[in-house]
Order: sequence, then C-alpha cells, then structure tokens
Amino acid sequence: MSILVNRETRVLVQGITGKEGQFHTQQCIAYGTKVVAGVTPGKGGQKMDGVPVFNTVQEARNQTGANASMILVPPPFAADAILESIDAEVEVIVCITEGVPVMDMLRVKNYLATKPTIRLIGPNCPGIITPGECKIGIMPGAIHTPGGPVGVVSRSGTLTYEVVHQLTQVGLGQTTCVGIGGDPVNGTGFIDCLKAFNEDPATKAVVMVGEIGGNAEEQASAWIKAYMKKPVVGFIAGLTAPPGRRMGHAGAIVSGGQGTASAKIESMQQCGIYVCKDLGSLGKLCKEVFT
Amino acid sequence: MKIHEYQAKELFRKYKVPTPEGGVSDTVQEIEKIAAGLGLPVAVKAQIHAGGRGKGGGVKVARTSEEVTAAAKAILGMTLVTKQTGPEGRVVKTILVEKGVAIKKEMYLSIVPDRSTATLTIIASQDGGMDIEEVAAKTPERIIKVPVNPITGIRGYHVGRVMFGLELEKELMKEFSAILKSLYALFVDYDCSMVEINPLIITEDNKIIALDAKMDIDSNALYRHPDVVAMHDPNEDDPTEAEAAKFNLNYINLGGNVGNMVNGAGLAMATMDIIKQAGAEPANFLDVGGGANAEMVENGFRIILSDSKVKGILINIFGGILRCDVLAQGVVQAAKKIQLSVPVVVRMEGTNVEEGRRILGESGLKLINATDLADAAKKVAEIVA
Repeated sequence: MSILVNRETRVLVQGITGKEGQFHTQQCIAYGTKVVAGVTPGKGGQKMDGVPVFNTVQEARNQTGANASMILVPPPFAADAILESIDAEVEVIVCITEGVPVMDMLRVKNYLATKPTIRLIGPNCPGIITPGECKIGIMPGAIHTPGGPVGVVSRSGTLTYEVVHQLTQVGLGQTTCVGIGGDPVNGTGFIDCLKAFNEDPATKAVVMVGEIGGNAEEQASAWIKAYMKKPVVGFIAGLTAPPGRRMGHAGAIVSGGQGTASAKIESMQQCGIYVCKDLGSLGKLCKEVFT
Repeated sequence: MKIHEYQAKELFRKYKVPTPEGGVSDTVQEIEKIAAGLGLPVAVKAQIHAGGRGKGGGVKVARTSEEVTAAAKAILGMTLVTKQTGPEGRVVKTILVEKGVAIKKEMYLSIVPDRSTATLTIIASQDGGMDIEEVAAKTPERIIKVPVNPITGIRGYHVGRVMFGLELEKELMKEFSAILKSLYALFVDYDCSMVEINPLIITEDNKIIALDAKMDIDSNALYRHPDVVAMHDPNEDDPTEAEAAKFNLNYINLGGNVGNMVNGAGLAMATMDIIKQAGAEPANFLDVGGGANAEMVENGFRIILSDSKVKGILINIFGGILRCDVLAQGVVQAAKKIQLSVPVVVRMEGTNVEEGRRILGESGLKLINATDLADAAKKVAEIVA
C-alpha cells in the first residue's frame, strides 16, 4: 500500500519536450512509472521516447486516461500548467518547477480549494515516489526501498534523499515519500500527507522533515498530537540560520521572530514527536523508535 | 527585492497614493536647491533599504537653509547603523528631501501575503509612527487585520473593516478608500511581498499622505517587472553574495570559520547546523543546486575562500541526478586550478559514490574523506579547533 500514487497511476508530463522534461521523463520510465502522455502546446502528434505528445492536457487525458501530471515547465508558465491540469480534472498534479511567483500560487491555491478531489504537490519540490511502483519527480530512485513501513514527508529535496538513504541503510523501507516543496505557498501540506499516512495500513511510522519559515510544522505537530495513531520522527533544518535571510528556498526565512527552528522543535516535542537533533543519527533514531 | 523609499513613492504616485512633494539627490548642493524650491521646513531622509533610519540619525527635519546644509552634510556619506543593518551599517549615498507637513494623526497601513491562508492581509493601526511589532506585542487590540482572497480582490467591506477599525472621521472615508484600493492594486500588479506605510498621516488640513513607503517585490516575479529591475541599487548588495549570484550560486555569509558547499537548500541548512553541533561555526550558507557542475564547484571554492576567516571547508553532496563521479571530477579540477589553501573534508553519498571516492583518492590532493555526515562534521571541527 501507499498514498496518492501507485503502480496503477498513469502519468502525463507537461513540458515533456524541454531539456529537463525529456531527461526526467526518461528517468521516471526507467524506474517503472507508467508515463502515458506528454503535453507541449504546438507539438501535438509527435512522440518523445515513445510517449505520445498532445497539445493540451484535456486531450492527453481523454486519449490516454492519464490521472496524474508531472510539471516541468519554466516558472512563468507553471501556474497556467497547474490550472490547466486542475480544469482537466487530473487527480494528482506534481509541480517540480522552482521560482513560481507567490501571487500566481495564491490564486492557484484558492482555485484549488474549490476542487476537493484534486491534489497538487509542490511547486519547488522533488516530487512523490512510491518505491518500486511509481516515481513522479526528480529524486534518485535507487536510494529508495519498496515495501514500507515508513512514510516520509518533507519540505526539502536533497535533505529528503539524505533521510531516505539513512532509512534504507538501517533496513527501513518506505511506503511513499512526498516532497511538498520549499515555497511559502504550496499545494499539499504536511497535514494532508499525515492524514493519508494515518489511514494507509502499510505505513506504520512517519518521518517529517521541516525547515525554518512559516508555521506549517507547528500546525502539523498539533494535528499529530490530536489525531496521529503512528509514531512520528521529526527533523527541522536551519537552527543556525540568521533571521531575515532567505535560505535558498523562497519559504525558508525567519521574519519578525516567527518561523524559527527552535520554536518548531519545541512544538514538535510538546506534541509527542521524536525530534532528531542531529541529522547524522536520523536513521539510527528511526530504527530505535520504529522497531 | 527591496527598493528605496523614493522609488516606492514614485510607484505610489503612479497609483495616485498621495506622497509629500520632494526630490532626490546625491550632492549637498543639489539638496540645498531642492529644499529651496520646496520651501522650508523640509525633511532630509537617508535612502538605504534598512528600517529604523530615524533612530540611527538618518532622518532630520530642517527649518532653515543652514539646517538643510548641515543635515545634508551629516547624512550624505555617513555610515548609518540601524537595528536592521547589523553593526557594520550602510553608507548613505542618496538623500530624499521632502516638504514638511503638519501632522494631525499618524496611522499604520501595510499589505502582506499570508502563506498559511493563501490570502493577502491588510494590517492597519491607529498607532502609526512606531515600531509596529512593538504595538502588536503590547496592544494587539490596536491592530486591525483584514484578509483578502486574491480571487475576489479587495471589496468595499474590506475597506470598511479597515476604516471603522481605524475610527476614521466620516469626511476622510472616501479619500482613504481610494488610497487603500490603489495600494492593493499596486501590491497585486507589482507582485509585492510587502508594502508598508508607516506612518500614513492625516495632516492638519485633513489630507491623507504616505509619509514613508517600504516595498519588497517577489524576486521570482521580477521577469515581469523590468521597471523594478531597473531600480536595483548595487550599493545595497553584499559584494560576495552578488558575485555568487552571477554564477547561480546561493551564498550567505555567516561569519564563522568552516566554509561549506552543499547541493540543495535544506541539506545546506542541515549541514550548517551539524557543523555548529560539532563545536565549530559555519562560515556560510552555500547551495550549489541540484544541477551543479565542475564550473559551479570551482566558483563555489573561490567564493568561500574569498572569506579570510575560513580555516577549513566541508563539502557535502548527496548525489542524485548529479552523480558523485561527475562531482568528484569537478572538485579535483577546481582544487588543482585554484590551489586550495585550507584543508577540505569531502562527504559524498548517492549515485556512483564508489567511483567518486576513487577519483578523489587517486587525485593526489589532500582531501579528507568522511564516511558519513557525523564523521564529516567532527573532522572539519577538529581542523579548525
């Protein structure tokens, strides 16, 4: 079992003919993902590595039955790409693109709120993977181990790879790993993923990786305390980050004393989350807590 | 991207948000001329991006022409230290001179996006002219917050909630309403991440004027605002950070002595944290990105080493799409080219890591191999201890 995506998921790629789109489509196919369509306006009718290309998402969905989308288009076109997939009722939309203007995402997020069955992951994220079944994103497939029991949800990219690698090293496989993205306004949040992991019988424990900025971790901690039936290990990056500076991710900023790593760690601890303070020992801690 | 007060006021005027009459210059002579043209008294205001200018001595009211000259001389070229500039301060290169106005009341007005509710929030208070965070802490009931859904945009009732909250006189409501709607339009049109007027004043003759103006524009949206890009003031940039940005590297100086180079922002932050936990101080944040190549690694080395405090470097790369062997070749090439002057600890993991380690091992360079993150942090901390 898994959350959101599995071996039945049929993926279309928006921006498949671009350099990034082509490369990562090949990687996803090599991992075993069912990539059934690509979309690039004006290039409909072509084939890219055997995948049929369509002019519009609606056409791609109608012809191939695609029910998930991976978006790899430049930032000025990302909001349009997401909205097009929402209107075509693609169920899981994964936007990898980094650098989408916040104003665009504010509008997308409010429109998305009117479509409760559609799930957006990202933007500015590595994507989502159910190991051994379906990879929609840019993460290295090989570091993952299929079969669970751990679900992973994270705001980061390479930091998630580090966490997954350590889990694999200590013999803990993963059900699904979701990178929710490093932007201030994104689609699926921590709580959405935690809810799904809570209900997934194969997921026995969860690792949650946060960072400075905003209060999503605090809200998630409160939710965990109230509803989570499974143990959660948490990690927060950015204890040494200076206030007022954006640390790479658009959303990673401590402003007006809000969004500090120590406040997040404290709220996690108060809500019964096992907090890992030293990234080097995360795998070991999970092994202790989860087995 | 932040812009100066005088630049924000140019945009205010374009959107019919009233500002005091004024002019900008970088010479004392010109400032005297502008002041004479405006008529006394005038306000002489240092133009730097940081807030708290008044307390730092960067804003002066001049009532005579002698005072104008004295204020201009004192402020131009001064190193202005405020709570936002850090102890090193900022050298003032430009001054805004504005006609003095008689103030009846000072208010506060700002718009910011709220990330958790995906709305734009209007924040207002009758207690303008002070530090708004202080007002929020001491008298939170004096702060009005009105969320606006970006799909509906600003409506009459939003404006009403702000105006009644501010206990505005009836005869000022029409004017205030126009100003707030214009400010909202400016915010949306220009992809702002913050617009703040502190204070927004009511004058003795009952007019509403934006006495100050702060604007911050979403860097991700600059591609659609060439007029804002043209407002960029290189004076406000940290020279090393600007140099790094040229090579698509995200660098922030942190003042410690362990330089570090990492792929990905989250892992970079976690690496800084682990350096600190091992008992050393990180010198920087440096994200070379997911698609780092040999050239980026070389530039990263150069930028880290331009900081003379750096006594050791930790490279932490999680190879995913970027393969470890490719990265190792980049490190070797870069290290040979720039002649490394400090010890370098390398921790690599991920795709093709064995091949990467072999390349580093056979390079003849004095690179210290770390087996995992904890080991890497310990080794680099020992070097600088």
